[in-house]
Amino acid sequence: MSSIVIVKYNAGNIRSVLCALNRLGRDATVSDDPKVLRNASRVIFPGVGEASSAMRYLRQVHLDEVLLSLQQPFLGICLGMQLMCSRSEENDTDCLGIFESQVVRFAEEPGLKIPHMGWNTLGLGDDPLFAGITDPAWCYFVHSYYVPASKETIATCTYGQNTFSAALGAGNYRGVQFHPEKSGPLGERILKNFLEISEDRLW
Amino acid sequence: MLAKRIIPCLDVRDGRTVKGVNFVNLRDAGDAVELAALYARQGADELTFLDITATVENRGTFTSLVRRIADVIDIPFTVGGGIRSVADVGALLDAGADKISINSMAVKDPRIIDTLAKEFGSQCVVCAIDVRSNHTFDADGMLGWEVYVAGGRTPTGLEALSWAVEAEDRGAGEILLTSMDHDGTKAGFAVELTRRFSDRVRIPIIASGGAGAMEHFTEIFTSGGADAALAASIFHFHEIDIPELKIFLEKHGIPIRLNR
Repeated sequence: MSSIVIVKYNAGNIRSVLCALNRLGRDATVSDDPKVLRNASRVIFPGVGEASSAMRYLRQVHLDEVLLSLQQPFLGICLGMQLMCSRSEENDTDCLGIFESQVVRFAEEPGLKIPHMGWNTLGLGDDPLFAGITDPAWCYFVHSYYVPASKETIATCTYGQNTFSAALGAGNYRGVQFHPEKSGPLGERILKNFLEISEDRLW
Repeated sequence: MLAKRIIPCLDVRDGRTVKGVNFVNLRDAGDAVELAALYARQGADELTFLDITATVENRGTFTSLVRRIADVIDIPFTVGGGIRSVADVGALLDAGADKISINSMAVKDPRIIDTLAKEFGSQCVVCAIDVRSNHTFDADGMLGWEVYVAGGRTPTGLEALSWAVEAEDRGAGEILLTSMDHDGTKAGFAVELTRRFSDRVRIPIIASGGAGAMEHFTEIFTSGGADAALAASIFHFHEIDIPELKIFLEKHGIPIRLNR
């Protein structure tokens, strides 16, 4: 059985992701060891919290370069996805630069609650991550910052006036703004797709 | 479109659900995990577990229950009740809870909200506010509400709306607003109260207290401006079934998560 590694750092909601993998009958290692990460068949990079302190930590332990150079299918979740971008408005943080996209804060709109919290539907692009998923694709989101739609967008979501990136993809890297580990059977299917995807289909 | 959320609330004592849960299709109606899983299957959007364990010695059972919930439940869940320290919060989040609801502790020392938001992120800090009308009026002729703690038994003298604004400013991610005047009446949610809070703060408001009929949910989402509605006994006693409620709400134009 191939090995799944969850990146260990200071901003992970690691147990939720581990539980979701367990429900799929899979186990995962939690590690910040570059060797373990490089040898994994899949790497998952969850995240909740604040961008600048997370980036500071990743740089301190030199995980930034490791994450940037991985070759296997890699999935960032929520803050994880945002940290994979080039830059975040959250405390003006330079991020990993895996994606060219940038992270901005939701603009104030009358009646628009921030954070964007709860279940919203995806506008699905053609990506193996979404194999077998049909509309309406309800997923659970919690975030105050977002990535505007860009050429790296593989799924969208609309909140207020903004249609933003619900998921990003480039090469072997994928990122999702929602929480698949908390999005019921549909989220489970997305995680399963990520685990079962053939690597050459990602590029 | 962001869906309005339906949140069943489970009271837990010594690791088991209380409030005389009455489900025929559960092996053990007192098992919080089994009941939670049923609600999740039925389409609940989130779950809330409130620990009402009386003794400190038994509080560890709640943490182990939270671990069991996290193993099984694939939707977000909030835990609260009797949280006294940042360490308590850390332990519950480590056990797999998505959000922590704090109430008395925040009133006693509001700075705890700043600390929790900084340490764990605003997304997991739910500020629970129990209010009663104090039958006074402000300068605009609007009714005033007072914050109560200790399960609604102890008045604090705090004006509820300004407390909600302070909680938001300090970094709370959500407000769980319970009207003690409405709780248990089944006569409907506190619509005017919820509307005032919803208009005033920018974080989501979960309305709680008073649900007795499906129309009450429509009303709290439209007139009340609530982002989510929480209820307990009407779900536990089958008075309203979640799938039926969600279909009803969708028919009435409320954005709701329905999987076909």
